[in-house]
Amino acid sequence: MTDNIKIAKIHAAEAKEMRKVYTETMIELADKNINIVALDADLTSCIGMGPFIEKYPERMFNCGIQEANMMGVAAGLSTVGKIPFVHTFGPFATRRSFDQVFLSCGYTKANVKIAGSDPGVTAMYNGGTHMPFEDLALMRVVPGMTVLDPSDSTMLKDLMIQMADIYGVFYTRVLRKSATKIYEDGSKFEIGKAARIRDGKDATIIANGVVMVPNAIKAADILAEEGISVRILDMFTLKPIDKEAIIEAAKDTGAIITAENHNVINGLASAVAEVIVESDCLVPMGKVGVMDRFGQVGSLDYLIKEYGLTAEDIVKEVNKTIKRKN
Amino acid sequence: MPTRHKKEIIQLERFATEIRLETLKEIKNLGFGHIGGSMSVVELLAVLYGKVMNIDPENPKWKDRDYLVVSKGHSGPAVYATLALKGYFPVEDLMTLNVDGTKLPSHCDKNMTPGIDMTTGSLGQGTSTSIGIALGNKLDKRDSYTYLVVGDGELNEGQCWEAVMFAAHHQMDNLICFVDNNKKQLDDYVKKINNPYVFEEKFAAFGWDACTVKGDDVEAIDNAISKAKTVKGKPSVIVLDTIKGQGVPFVENTFANHSIKFGETQHKEADITIRALEEKLGKSRIGV
Repeated sequence: MTDNIKIAKIHAAEAKEMRKVYTETMIELADKNINIVALDADLTSCIGMGPFIEKYPERMFNCGIQEANMMGVAAGLSTVGKIPFVHTFGPFATRRSFDQVFLSCGYTKANVKIAGSDPGVTAMYNGGTHMPFEDLALMRVVPGMTVLDPSDSTMLKDLMIQMADIYGVFYTRVLRKSATKIYEDGSKFEIGKAARIRDGKDATIIANGVVMVPNAIKAADILAEEGISVRILDMFTLKPIDKEAIIEAAKDTGAIITAENHNVINGLASAVAEVIVESDCLVPMGKVGVMDRFGQVGSLDYLIKEYGLTAEDIVKEVNKTIKRKN
Repeated sequence: MPTRHKKEIIQLERFATEIRLETLKEIKNLGFGHIGGSMSVVELLAVLYGKVMNIDPENPKWKDRDYLVVSKGHSGPAVYATLALKGYFPVEDLMTLNVDGTKLPSHCDKNMTPGIDMTTGSLGQGTSTSIGIALGNKLDKRDSYTYLVVGDGELNEGQCWEAVMFAAHHQMDNLICFVDNNKKQLDDYVKKINNPYVFEEKFAAFGWDACTVKGDDVEAIDNAISKAKTVKGKPSVIVLDTIKGQGVPFVENTFANHSIKFGETQHKEADITIRALEEKLGKSRIGV
């Protein structure tokens, strides 16, 4: 863990909604750089961009309900030096406009930042059509793309500042409501380097995002009571993934359990497994995540239980995986 | 004595002939390629690069230049011939079309070819990216036009109409679009696949300034662009009434001419056209 990351003492709901931090950060970025522009597909109010629109009306392009065009317009804006931040709901930012993201943004080597809101089960009452369990998987196969799943607002803000500074195509998930506070204000993160939330010796939980990082912490507390000590890595950068941290965790703790609010196919479990199987440290691995299913409507608690994403699910998977250790 | 204007038109016609000749040699050398839709934009390219566009071949990335987005990216071979004749790279390089490691791929690629302003190939996408370019230039108050070329078949793509709606809404009078209405797409006549009815009316209904001209008439194309530049507060479309394979008889007469593989017959026919085009140019070959 770097000195720049401070773990919050109490993991309670953040005072500010994540979308508020998103918009405040957009304004700060726009204040500093005239080339920052924002695009949306009729969801500006959902992400709370009102204050940005008020301050910079000429730099906000609400394209209407046309995600494919929006991604292309963003790529074109980038061609003449603009730094477009594009927001819509996760499934529309990735699945619906995949070819435009892949080619107009990715293949042209554009400088476009894409934010998809309401990660996985947090899409709640918008249900199966709006619940992205595949957004990260799709973005992972766009060559050169940086793929992020921040776990709280402190991290989101820091990552957005870096996204604006680093040339290239980025995808980040963003929650509209309040996340659970994981990090102290002012913590600084390095893209591509996992944040170690706590250390342990019996296994490592590799988690990411607003649902699974808090649940991994809860699971670690439960396991501690059972006398099992686990390391927790917040793998907020899905790509490029922190191979070093994964291999180190495998060597130090001998078992890995991934936890993701996403389909286990081509998400965190796949990315971590790819590193493990190529290493000289073939430790047992377990996975918690959405088991190749579509979304559905429901309360957050209901959906977390329904898809097996609770702290107890993680505990169970950790115990199962530890038993497979030699 | 021809007037200055007349001289200019003759020069643009010569440039078109040069582009057609080099494009034909380029595709013949490779032995296959998207010849139909390359030939139908030749006169347009001659007018754009011969007169209209504010560009600097010595400095392809000049910030204040005009931009061209050839959304029907398979017209790449004709664009490459034009760029080579303008001096963006040597004309001999045209013989490297699609060879391993080339900088001249089938479809336009801005990261590979000097002078290509936007990567295209997946149909429809150039409509949106051209709008982004024009929008950014407008934001920065650059005195620049963005030119967009779409195919008639390409307008099957829904994304095009999202873009058409968006451009009108944003009153993008620094964007001029050309529809290469060569009447055919890969499989069949456009009308038989998915009838577009009248492009001019469709664009006008979306709030665009719209007109139709003969796509092999450099003077008509030039006049239409001049007129489009006087339009304020909306984007313009110029529908080009063209023939797929325009100006190359054996291609015009081949029904399935989206991409042609050159056998013995095609090579012979191409040689006849090459001689005819060379004769037309006479001995004094000049670029514009």
